[in-house]
Amino acid sequence: MKFNTFGRTAAVTALAALALSGCAANEDTAAGGGSSESASELTGTLVGAGASSQQSAQEAWTTAFQTANPDVTIEYDPAGSGAGRDTFLAGGSAFAGSDRAFKDDEIAEGDFAACAPDTGIVEIPAYISPIAVIFNLEGIDTLNLDAATIAGIFNGSITTWNDEQIASQNPDAELPDTAITPVHRQDDSGTTENFTEYLGAAAPEVWTDEADGVWPLEGGEAASQTSGMIDAVTGGEGTVGYADASRAGDLGTVSVKVGEEYVPYSAEAAAAIVDASPMAEGRTEGDLAVEIDRTSEEAGVYPIVLVSYLIGCEEYTDPASAELVKAYFSYIVSEEGQQEAADAAGSAPISSDLFDKASAAIELIK
Amino acid sequence: MTASATTALIPAKQRPGDRIFSGSALVAGSLILAVLAAVAAFLILQSVPAVTTNPEDISILRGVNLAEYVWPLIFGTLWSATIALVLAVPVAIGIALFISHYAPRRLAQGLGYVIDLLAAVPSVVFGLWGGNVLAPAVQPFYSWLEQNAGWFPLFAGPASGTGRTILTASVVLAVMILPIITAICREVFLQTPVLHEEAALALGATRWEMIRMAVLPFGRAGIVSAAMLGLGRALGETMAVAMVLSASGGVTFNLISSSNPSTIAANIALSFPEAYGVNVNVLIATGLILFAITLLVNTIARIVVNRRKDFSGAN
Amino acid sequence: MSQLTAPPKAGAPTGAMPNSYATGRLPRFVPLIVLAGSLVIMFAVFALFATADPSGGFNAAGAVFLAVVLYGAVIYFVARMIEGPRRAKDRLVTTLVTLAFVIALLPLVSLLSTVLLNGTARLDLTFFTNSMRNVVGEGGGALHAVTGTLFMTGAAAIISIPIGLLTSIYLVEYGRGRLAQAITFFVDVMTGIPSIVAGLFAYTLFVIIFGPGVRLGIAGAIALAVLMIPVVVRSSEEMLRLVPNELREAAFALGVPKWLVVLKVVLPTSIAGLTTGIMLSISRVIGETAPLLVAAGYTNNMNYDLFEGRMQSLPVFVYSSYVSQGTEAQAYLDRAWTGALTLILIVMALNLLARFIARAFSPKLSR
Repeated sequence: MKFNTFGRTAAVTALAALALSGCAANEDTAAGGGSSESASELTGTLVGAGASSQQSAQEAWTTAFQTANPDVTIEYDPAGSGAGRDTFLAGGSAFAGSDRAFKDDEIAEGDFAACAPDTGIVEIPAYISPIAVIFNLEGIDTLNLDAATIAGIFNGSITTWNDEQIASQNPDAELPDTAITPVHRQDDSGTTENFTEYLGAAAPEVWTDEADGVWPLEGGEAASQTSGMIDAVTGGEGTVGYADASRAGDLGTVSVKVGEEYVPYSAEAAAAIVDASPMAEGRTEGDLAVEIDRTSEEAGVYPIVLVSYLIGCEEYTDPASAELVKAYFSYIVSEEGQQEAADAAGSAPISSDLFDKASAAIELIK
Repeated sequence: MTASATTALIPAKQRPGDRIFSGSALVAGSLILAVLAAVAAFLILQSVPAVTTNPEDISILRGVNLAEYVWPLIFGTLWSATIALVLAVPVAIGIALFISHYAPRRLAQGLGYVIDLLAAVPSVVFGLWGGNVLAPAVQPFYSWLEQNAGWFPLFAGPASGTGRTILTASVVLAVMILPIITAICREVFLQTPVLHEEAALALGATRWEMIRMAVLPFGRAGIVSAAMLGLGRALGETMAVAMVLSASGGVTFNLISSSNPSTIAANIALSFPEAYGVNVNVLIATGLILFAITLLVNTIARIVVNRRKDFSGAN
Repeated sequence: MSQLTAPPKAGAPTGAMPNSYATGRLPRFVPLIVLAGSLVIMFAVFALFATADPSGGFNAAGAVFLAVVLYGAVIYFVARMIEGPRRAKDRLVTTLVTLAFVIALLPLVSLLSTVLLNGTARLDLTFFTNSMRNVVGEGGGALHAVTGTLFMTGAAAIISIPIGLLTSIYLVEYGRGRLAQAITFFVDVMTGIPSIVAGLFAYTLFVIIFGPGVRLGIAGAIALAVLMIPVVVRSSEEMLRLVPNELREAAFALGVPKWLVVLKVVLPTSIAGLTTGIMLSISRVIGETAPLLVAAGYTNNMNYDLFEGRMQSLPVFVYSSYVSQGTEAQAYLDRAWTGALTLILIVMALNLLARFIARAFSPKLSR
């Protein structure tokens, strides 16, 4: 009798395994790896982990790369930037995706287990995505706001939509007297870090908190993940939030004041700010950490962007992963790769200028 | 026959089968202790750096010390779980009574199955449902509460614009723990000695008086232990709370505003992906605290149950 | 209760001998009439509101709720006047208990209808024959997640059911003294392990053994087993205790060794309860997200090997489809809801199977 109780679950599992033992219909070549005619000679599994912001883009890149190289499997684990950097540091993955570059002291102290001793790391800003300031107001699709007003809305000093500060910048809009409900991310995120960095840099007199992945102010409406943010803003009236621009959908978006003009978010404007920004100083040749110039007044730049990095070793202890990483990174920064990500994830393709720098950095990988 | 031989118990004949069987049962029991010890050891070892490192060097604490960081989380955990329990227990007892003593016998089993179905719904789905269906549905009610019952501290407002408040999260938690509490209460009520029930009815008691005098006293210990099992689940629930609750504030009893304290489990889930270095240890230390809280709750429950046992009709 | 105070009621013919059992009682149809009346009144009131303020719409749920409240109040006072306070209280409690059940049904109906409405969009063959490898945007399926869930939950069940059952047998049949007390207490403690902590524990355990960054299906299974064991022990213990001692004693009297008594008498007698408890524990863990996210990782590919490589599971699939939607958000949302629906269907199927097995193997009792 006892066997039946134990064995039942085992039997269920076995039955299920039998039923499912045929491979997934879309994976005929993947498991066996027997496709001898493929043009590529790359084989193996490449493991990466990191930022969940890159997940959609990574799926697109992985798909295209695996199609071109049928014997390769790329596992990108969207565990989060911090987890991704820690995993890469410990040697648990061959590359990492991260919403920020390693800091100088982290590189100095860091003993990157996957890399050959005393060699540097490669950091490539390959995923650039504009962050849209989104709002839900009936009948209004777009608003012009400067940094100080945005900061005022989010720190609670501007409380209604027909506030003088908003109205003066939007003479044509019929603003209701609805209360403003600012929504922020409650999880630790790169989006929040970039957004607060922008507020702090562009409106220092209104926004006095330091840039942080965790929302620095107490109180207010909070939602988890981009999806939660979109749901919360969509579900309320008079709500305002910030999210990856590709997810803005039908919500109203803010054109941000840069110099003397108001710039709506766009892929080109987001890529332009990265070009207009200086590289971080004191980095190695392959380390393309960018310090975004949030106060840039150049024409046509959109300053609220999330730059997510691909991080790998300059020299791997394992030559097989070096080869795979190099090929995969080269594909990602290429024009096709960037276009794939733009289609699937709404990111901004990198400029040809940045492409040249990135290609040079990838060449260092061995 | 000598006196000594008769008073000593005659040892049962030990067969090999017996020894193997009782031995493996003993091993299984001890294995549980070992697993638990391993979990506790892991939690404690991983928490040590969080305590020994200078708080100023830990970015996640943002300038406060560990205790100040954890306190709102502990409060949020206990507060949301308590509300959930207050909401769930009366309803669960009602359902259990309905199934065991009110519903027609043929119907009762089917109804029990329906409630058990709730236990099968994954927590992610509860999260999606709570955030996208329940919260917008109850938001107007919160605005109404703020206007009409704002003098009462629990409903002081300002009412949340999206309905993602700690009350909503607690309702979701209550729905999640309902099937557990119901299932156990139901079993306990069904075990009430039929003689007790019939005796009460024979004395002219109404159905409610019979339940109050025979069923509830008999089931009191069972109700308490069911409630504590539910509380344990509510304290540790992660995803549903993380997806429903708008957690942005410190300690507050306000039920309907958007500034709520987070819970320990939800905070771990939300902060873990971006945590690095010693921040991970801080999060695990909060996990250890949650573990200690559940230990405390269980101890109290056991003491209560043991004390009550003497007065219940079970003997 | 004097009959004189009670007004003559319809159905009780005046002049005839009063039925002594029915005196002072409300006829059976009175509650039904009161209920119907309250429903009509409340629907009328709400319909008035709806016509007065068309923007509000007709609130059926509110009407039903207030109607039930009205019913409770009316039946209490009617019964109090005619039947006396004790019976009135009884009727009030009956109303409350039924109300509790209806209240519990509301979220269940709302939840299931939400999942069904959204989940049927992608409930097609592709969903069950494809994985997510090389899928961007629309299409793709959850075969990898379904297999992963079955494998990991199955492995967790294989680990925890023997341990849990044997432990409960020890506690009920053998355990005496301090060790048994300690096990009982610590099993209670174990029910309180937060799921994410179990995941962190399993992950760290495997990192110590296999090196950094390792994510395996079996690690997920271990995490689930840690959550599952206490539920199995608790429920099985209760069920084993229900077996009447007379059965055991009868078997002992026939000279049956103890282990055979447990195997042939105690377990078969309680098998229905045991399977229920085990199914409860499986439903408890099959929907866990957080521990699997940490311990088993995330993948878009098929994986049949618990001991090699990452493994996807349905809850993680649902969560990540919801959290990271690409530009074609609807395709991701559809997959998430269908995944949730699939998970509920799997649990329902397992439940039915368990009931069938319990019925097939439990001893045929006369009652």
